[in-house]
Amino acid sequence: MTITHNGEALALEARATVADLLVLRFDDPRPHGIAVAVNGEVAPRGEWAGWMLVEGDVIDVVTAVQGG
Amino acid sequence: MTTPCSDDLVIAGEVLSSRLFLGTGGLPQVALVAPILAAARPAVVTVSIRRTSSVAEGGLLAALRDAGVRLLPNTAGCLSAREAVITAELAREALETNWVKLEVIGDERSLLPDVVELLDAAAELVRRGFTVLPYSTDDPVIARRLVDAGCAAVMPLGSPIGSGLGVLNPHAIEAVRAAVDVPVVLDAGVGTASDAALAMELGCDAVLAATAVTRADDPVAMARALRLGVDAGRIARQAGRIPRQATARASSPVAGRIG
Repeated sequence: MTITHNGEALALEARATVADLLVLRFDDPRPHGIAVAVNGEVAPRGEWAGWMLVEGDVIDVVTAVQGG
Repeated sequence: MTTPCSDDLVIAGEVLSSRLFLGTGGLPQVALVAPILAAARPAVVTVSIRRTSSVAEGGLLAALRDAGVRLLPNTAGCLSAREAVITAELAREALETNWVKLEVIGDERSLLPDVVELLDAAAELVRRGFTVLPYSTDDPVIARRLVDAGCAAVMPLGSPIGSGLGVLNPHAIEAVRAAVDVPVVLDAGVGTASDAALAMELGCDAVLAATAVTRADDPVAMARALRLGVDAGRIARQAGRIPRQATARASSPVAGRIG
């Protein structure tokens, strides 16, 4: 299936979870100091392992960066 | 929690350790975080929330966590209430704080607050349990509306973000101070220590500075200067300045002069 991760198309295996995506990108199913939005809603940290992504999902992964 | 002294800054029941808020925007290198924090001793440090694709980008957060400072995520760059609310929700999830410096800007050229969207976002975030510190115009009417919506403080601008123009309308800042019964944190426009001192003399409870420090030739020295400016301004405010008058008034005795 194809999802959108931080604005870019990304191919994932069917039934991949939010945690699977995080392992792929961060080598960690629960990286510190990040948050995940799926289709504009927060996916709480405690639900990442069981949150199954579906074709066309739009995922944003964010962290704290410098700002005023 | 420590017992509050009479002069502690308290926001939403939390006693803060100083009256300087520090922004990290424009920081040239993460290695400067520790010496800047040591020099500024800020009550809180602001950060922005942005997309990330690798753990290597987390250097700033790790440095701030090591320093043990209170983080204040902002919603910088948001152009609508909807965008600001989701950004605040993500910040709460990522940083485990329900405090948010709420920014909703009207356009990317002026970076001035869109107070209509700001008020909507503030009300919604208060409803969702956030402690909201809104960046607003230097307008006592909107300040009062933000407090009525449940904001824990107000953060009027001294001048446009990053301009370094200081406090352009001191009377407006005094009017904001007089209009609300929550802490007033001067935000935006601080360029140097005297700007911070003036804001405090006008009655602000704290000052936020970001690029004044991060883009100074010597950020560590400027961090210290701003801390001293804030302290000087606070003490001067409490000391009670003499009234301004157009004519001279001798300070030496008139009696006993020779001749």
